[in-house]
Amino acid sequence: MTIKIDPAPGLGNETPPSRRSLRAKPANARPSTGTGSATWPLRIVLAVVCVVWMIPVVGLLINSFRPRDNQFSSGWWSILGNPLGATQWTLDNYDRVLSSADTTGTNMGQAFLNSFVVTVPATIIPILIAAFAAYAFTFMTWRGRNVIFVVIVGLLVVPNQVALVPLLKLYGQMGINQTFLAVWLTHIGFGMPLAVYILRNYMSSLPGAVIESAKIDGASHFTTFWRLIVPMSVPAIASFAIFQFLWVWNDLLIALIFLGRGENTVLTVALQGLQGQTGQGRELIPAAGFVTIVVPVLVFLSLQRYFIRGMTTGAVKG
Amino acid sequence: MVIKLANAVLAILGGIGGAILLFWILNKLAESLGRRWEDRVKPWAFAGPAILAIGVYLIYPAVVTVQLSFANASSTAYVGLANYKDLLTSPDFLGVLINNLLWILIVPAATVALGLGVAVLADRLRSRGEKAAKTVIFLPMAISMVGAATIWRSVYEYQPEGESQTGLLNAIVGLFHSGPFFWYSIDTMHLNSLLLMVILIWTQVGYAMVLLSAAIKGTPEDTIEAARIDGANERRIFFRVIVPQIKGTIITVFITVLIGVMKVFDIVYITTNGAFNTDVIGRRFYNELFTNGNAGYAATIVVLLMLAITPVLIYQVRQFKAEEAGR
Repeated sequence: MTIKIDPAPGLGNETPPSRRSLRAKPANARPSTGTGSATWPLRIVLAVVCVVWMIPVVGLLINSFRPRDNQFSSGWWSILGNPLGATQWTLDNYDRVLSSADTTGTNMGQAFLNSFVVTVPATIIPILIAAFAAYAFTFMTWRGRNVIFVVIVGLLVVPNQVALVPLLKLYGQMGINQTFLAVWLTHIGFGMPLAVYILRNYMSSLPGAVIESAKIDGASHFTTFWRLIVPMSVPAIASFAIFQFLWVWNDLLIALIFLGRGENTVLTVALQGLQGQTGQGRELIPAAGFVTIVVPVLVFLSLQRYFIRGMTTGAVKG
Repeated sequence: MVIKLANAVLAILGGIGGAILLFWILNKLAESLGRRWEDRVKPWAFAGPAILAIGVYLIYPAVVTVQLSFANASSTAYVGLANYKDLLTSPDFLGVLINNLLWILIVPAATVALGLGVAVLADRLRSRGEKAAKTVIFLPMAISMVGAATIWRSVYEYQPEGESQTGLLNAIVGLFHSGPFFWYSIDTMHLNSLLLMVILIWTQVGYAMVLLSAAIKGTPEDTIEAARIDGANERRIFFRVIVPQIKGTIITVFITVLIGVMKVFDIVYITTNGAFNTDVIGRRFYNELFTNGNAGYAATIVVLLMLAITPVLIYQVRQFKAEEAGR
């Protein structure tokens, strides 16, 4: 992310020297823009922006560790006056939210597992199907190839809502509404255009000479795919996997429609259900919120690099 | 519990094993056809399953949805254009469309502007500060809309007058001897909708920042240097030299955010559930389908959404074709 493109040297006298070549100047003659040029007012502005950005999260995090009475009698910032007062802190909210027998009937521990059960297959399965298709779109010549790919590109922006009414009826006839199977299939179908798009774009940037030489050596498409293309496409596969993981884990609409509430419910639906609480159980919302976001945040922080790479390939999802 | 986990493991193994087996069989079948047919059939063996999935999950249902939009609530008889007429003449639904229009006008533009601002500022920090600042701004991108709406409770929460306020916004206006306000209920100047938009913008700015920052860093420095030699100030350089060069990225970010905004559902569903004149078509669709059980209206709303997205779709395809031609 910090690559700067330096102008090619020696283009002629009219080309001014780049800032990089001005290093011989005295140390206090800073460039007015570029890395390290920030002045103190600018640093303070950015620091304020970052603090403002995180305040809502910090507020909720603090409240998730406060007892019910404290949560509703004073703002989360009141702990700043006495941060070490032991009576203000409790793990009780997390304890209750994750346990199976709670008065609110919401078991986030169970929902946490359900979220994994939904997300992992829905992330892994489409990759293989899409990789084969991306191979065909990139390395094989066939009639209809371009037209079909353009349709896939168009479908990237089509909202998933277009499919929901017929799918609900279809699943009803098949008797698989409210099952994991219904949600897996739906996410695999909806994720397919993005998967094919990302993988195909990546594959078409691979050096053609490698594939040509494999062909000359007599390797079949099947062998070339497994031995050459899949290992070379790992970065693109990782990009899609992170996108799809976050997408499925964070999805509310599809889980709400095809899985609903009850013992198979996932975190987003359980958290949404808690929001309606007005009496007992309302104090659990902050803790439940953090249980819901902890996994995607960890995935995101540890794999940010691949996520950004996927984004810069121009991936959108409708 | 154990059964569920076993189910998931089975789904992964079965799904992947099944897919490998399927492609192996399809490949063998194609090879057995003899050289002349093999080259023609094999692409379909490789791309077929994905095309089938897309056909079954997006194209076929889209066609059925259009069909259902001309049928009644229970999809038992055709009613012609009645659904369209009902919706487009209902003041209530027109209010929903106006709300959506506000989201469309405000959120993408605000996201791009903020993202651009943060990108420009953060680029001037040394790399460690830059990375830290960017991670903070980018982080909400990983958080679900449900999670984001929950997080913003700590800002928008309301307690009855006389009690001590637990939401940051009410505490702040309280310092000026005003309020407390039940923010979600105030639709003067669409204030409540604007507050909901803030949540979505909060999750999206990081995305805009990362893409725009990469684009800014890709602008050749000699163009900037030339402008500086000509005596242009920093603001002029930014708007006249940098912005024109990153226009393509700005449009990409704008469109991506726009698509997300058009079908926004989660935030409104969780916070106000469409009350207090904050409803949007994404939530109205869900409401018609489930609460009212009216498949006709639900399908019609989606068709209207599709029509609204068509210009974006055409742009996307054109853009792709131009890129391919330049490859």
